[in-house]
Amino acid sequence: MHHSEHAEKMAIEPLYAVVLLTGWILYLAAVFVSSKKHRPWPVYRSFLWSAGILCIMLALIGPLANLAHSNFIAHMAGHLLLGMLAPLLLVLAAPITLLLRTLSVPSARRLARLLKSRILFYLTHPITAAVLNIGGLWVLYTTDLYVYMHQNQLIATVVHLHIFLAGYLFTAALIYLDPMPHPFSFVYRSVVWILALAGHGILSKYIYANPPNGVSRAEAEAGGMLMYYGGDAIELLIIVILCAQWYKVTRPRIVA
Amino acid sequence: MAIANGGQIDHTTAKNRVVYSSFNLWSGFLFGIGLVAFIDEAVFHQLLHWHHFYDKSTTDIGLVSDGLFHAFSWFATVASLFMYANLRRRKGLWPKRWLGGAFLGAGAFQLYDGLIHHKLMKLHQIRYDVDILIYDLIWNITAVILIAIGVFLLLRTRKTSKKIKAER
Repeated sequence: MHHSEHAEKMAIEPLYAVVLLTGWILYLAAVFVSSKKHRPWPVYRSFLWSAGILCIMLALIGPLANLAHSNFIAHMAGHLLLGMLAPLLLVLAAPITLLLRTLSVPSARRLARLLKSRILFYLTHPITAAVLNIGGLWVLYTTDLYVYMHQNQLIATVVHLHIFLAGYLFTAALIYLDPMPHPFSFVYRSVVWILALAGHGILSKYIYANPPNGVSRAEAEAGGMLMYYGGDAIELLIIVILCAQWYKVTRPRIVA
Repeated sequence: MAIANGGQIDHTTAKNRVVYSSFNLWSGFLFGIGLVAFIDEAVFHQLLHWHHFYDKSTTDIGLVSDGLFHAFSWFATVASLFMYANLRRRKGLWPKRWLGGAFLGAGAFQLYDGLIHHKLMKLHQIRYDVDILIYDLIWNITAVILIAIGVFLLLRTRKTSKKIKAER
């Protein structure tokens, strides 16, 4: 039993590596093609994309990921990387804009139509994204899901995928860098953001006081504090970006 | 009353101050809340260790209200500074009114913390194992003084703004 678990784990890490490296190479290839066709794509965005991919790798492959199976503090560090920092870095790299620039005109039109679809409107709605993101975390840490994810590789993979995708969706629904067909006002997004932030803070304190099943009190306290203060740091970045975008949009314009 | 600017009367600023009057108030108010929340967390929670963000694991409402307030104050600090920059950019900054808002926000937050968090929900006290009355009195009286200064400044700017409107 223990042996096969180990074997499963060994099988998944190369898969993660292949997917992530593919994502990295595809972006760089798109940068190359697009910069040839149009004006050059900003270099810092390629760095942001690379840093985002690196954060996911740190969370899923190697020593930190291994330690996360038995240590809640390492698990929480991985969660911050996978669910908050990586999504922020990747959103800032504006992958959809790059994709629209790179694709042929008919394909780009099809993609734009998809982005405008009803289903994507509901999915990228700030409230949906917040519920998927913060709600998912509540389910993970207040039910036995956290125990199951350490017993079954498939559940672990689905949880990791959800944490990352929900984190990305939520970040993209708050700070608009890629085209957003149905934008929401800054005030609307700010209110949702404050509520979600509160949900994150409350959960981290809840974990501090009520350790998830299978986690010792000392680890839950340290992990809860890491979630609280680490969350604060990344949330501060997002608040500054959101406010800076407002500052840019609301600039006084000279009326001719 | 127009604002003197190097011997000349700057009517733009005087007018803009009135136009952005409530914007000045809100920017200051949000900054006041953020500042006091920051001082509370940094000084009392982390430097003095008098009380912590979580002293009583049973009060669910207290937990929720604390979380909301932390999120709000975190956001308010950043947003208020961008609003301040926006006021300057639009030549509509009114320091006296902004400061009035800041005093009002700071006092209102401290009074909320002192009455609702400390007393009504009993989420945490200012300090433990001492006679708490004197701490509570200083805490809440300071809050009332801050509010009074804020209201005083805001009423003065309101008078000025009425005068400017009447002049035009």
